[in-house]
Amino acid sequence: MSIKIGDIPYNDRIDQGIDNEFMRQAVSSAQGRFRTGRLTQAEVLGDWEDWRQIGEEIRTHTLENIDYYLYQLSEQVEKRGVHVFFAETAEEANEYVENVIKKKKAKKVVKTKSMVTEEIGLNHALENAGATVVESDLGEWILQLDEDPPSHIVTPALHKNRQQIRDTFTEKRGYDQTDSPEELAAFARQQLREEFLSADVGITGCNFAIADSGAVTLVTNEGNAEMVTALPDTQITVMGMERIVPTWEDMEVLVSLLTRAAVGQKLTSYITAITGTRLDEEVDGPEEYHLVIVDNGRSKILGTEFQSALHCIRCAACINVCPVYRHVGGHAYNSIYPGPIGAVLTPLLDGYDDHKELPYASSLCAACTEACPVKIPLHELLIRHREIIVEEEKRSPAMERIAMKGFAQWASHPAAYKLSAKMARTALKPWTDEEFVENGPGPLKGWTDVRDFPAPGKQTFRTWWHNHQKGAKK
Amino acid sequence: MKVSLFITCISDIVFSEVGKDSVELLERLGCEVDFPEGQTCCGQPAYNSGYVQEAKKAMKQMIRAFKDSEYVVGPSGSCVGMLREYPHIFKGDPEWEKEAIALAEKSYEITQFIVDVLGVTDVGSTFKGKVTYHPSCHMTRVLGVKEAPQTLLEHVEGIEYVELPVKEDCCGFGGTFAIKNAVISQEMVKEKSQHVSETGAEYLVGGDMGCLMNIGGRMRREGKDVEVVHITKILNTHEQGGEGHEYQNRRYSL
Ligand code: SF4
Repeated sequence: MSIKIGDIPYNDRIDQGIDNEFMRQAVSSAQGRFRTGRLTQAEVLGDWEDWRQIGEEIRTHTLENIDYYLYQLSEQVEKRGVHVFFAETAEEANEYVENVIKKKKAKKVVKTKSMVTEEIGLNHALENAGATVVESDLGEWILQLDEDPPSHIVTPALHKNRQQIRDTFTEKRGYDQTDSPEELAAFARQQLREEFLSADVGITGCNFAIADSGAVTLVTNEGNAEMVTALPDTQITVMGMERIVPTWEDMEVLVSLLTRAAVGQKLTSYITAITGTRLDEEVDGPEEYHLVIVDNGRSKILGTEFQSALHCIRCAACINVCPVYRHVGGHAYNSIYPGPIGAVLTPLLDGYDDHKELPYASSLCAACTEACPVKIPLHELLIRHREIIVEEEKRSPAMERIAMKGFAQWASHPAAYKLSAKMARTALKPWTDEEFVENGPGPLKGWTDVRDFPAPGKQTFRTWWHNHQKGAKK
Repeated sequence: MKVSLFITCISDIVFSEVGKDSVELLERLGCEVDFPEGQTCCGQPAYNSGYVQEAKKAMKQMIRAFKDSEYVVGPSGSCVGMLREYPHIFKGDPEWEKEAIALAEKSYEITQFIVDVLGVTDVGSTFKGKVTYHPSCHMTRVLGVKEAPQTLLEHVEGIEYVELPVKEDCCGFGGTFAIKNAVISQEMVKEKSQHVSETGAEYLVGGDMGCLMNIGGRMRREGKDVEVVHITKILNTHEQGGEGHEYQNRRYSL
């Protein structure tokens, strides 16, 4: 897998999402919970807007000085015996990790949840190299058993309900208990425990790397990161190059925003910090540790009008408030990054060829922008994409281009505009019944399939206005 | 106070009553209203679809039309929100930037103007009925007007106000989105219509005719008996005989 998760055309994906009642139920109730949680936590914290402001400042400052901070980070971690590798592409990153695995003759790899490893398709590469990969995050593990892509960046199996999870466990692992969440979790825990004990290599993602102290931190709720980083002697962290903060203080602010915005928690159950290899005087830590810093298209975004997309801390607040996501689900985006941030980021990382519809899959309601804890203007970035698709890529439909040319003429010539306003009622007459159009022609069809369209009234405003003015003068 | 009405193209063409109610309301509050005839559309349909060059042609016309206005007041959070974006769009344009800023700075959504500029929270209207209010996305999140319409509604005598569940959720209009992504838009408006029904309100009130046309069109299709009106109709209904204008394509219900 890579960023793109399949080959189904856009319209079919949307229809599939809308027809999937189970998924929509699951997504809608999760959104409801997350929304209440986030709003409550924001209120409890107080000054939420000030926090967002600081969050945005930290991210802006970091990205503007990312060269410096990446250099500082690598210096710091190298001091602690870590091998640092900068991967320009997904292939380079995968190849590096593969080589480590091969050198170690590793058979089994355990992983924490990590979006960037999904993005580069690491599991696939490692399996091709002969290793077994085990996802240790419960949601990821379910998806792995089911060979299903994630539909959400924080709760990847959001689209599945308990019954479906039970069925997967039964079919793949011989589970024979009920679909109660406790029993399902206990079963997964026991199954995963065995995997941890027998793994040769642990692979983690990274929420925030601390530049000035060379630590990699992970924010989780299940404690699986502890297991992945505690047991295997060889550790690898794969991080997107923007997942970095200058200091622990900055990290504290961002974690406060992240956990609250993501699931409405004050704090997650676990924050794990990895500080390099085991030193002589230390009792734990890996013997060998690799830090793979992935570019994969990110540096191309630096310095463009899309730079703020790299501020993202992957909290999914934008996804959790998005009404489009609620109705079509994560898979409809055909990207491991769904929702508003996915619609912004996916075409940047993976091009417009496969993703040119995504920037339009938004009513521009700006709920995402309002929710984002680091103030990324997501809906504005979607408009920027549309602008590029129209003006630079010239990929918009011919009919639309003609219509928009017409619009420009119409709206810049008051006489033409006035005439059309006068004529509108007559023009729609053939389709009008009792002052409404119920079965509209051309582009109106999409509208009138499920809604009525009001016919323009008999008396135009301008006629009324002239009479009104005369009346006033009398 | 001299005020130019920015009627918005949708009310100019489809919902003329919104313009009439706006004029009468502003006049009742002591404003001297004029209507610059050169106004057309704010350019949003093109701008939001990525056609910036085309949008700018519309925008320049708007700048010309309102050049001499003291205040520009419009019955739409979304369209006024667009005017307020002009400075950003014409940034660095030697010929138009200054004028874009001037227009943005004197433009107000009508409830925002009444509360923030005129300093009025009670416009002296009387309206009998159970009313719910849909705060449209651009009004609240782009223009940032959240309180004003609700403040004004609260002061209407005789009104029974019921809160709309998850009111801040988009109705699925989104301008060209409703056409380009019709199937998604449909699901969104069905949900909104459901929420309106849950309130048991007789009237759905809002500040943006695009959204109201969408929700109302859906509710009419579902045969629901809810009247959909712009907030100016409620505010223009008062004891001195004002009734607000009956919408010609009235009662989205049958
Ligand atoms: S864009 Fe903002 S809201 Fe969305 S996931 Fe990233 S940080 Fe969270």
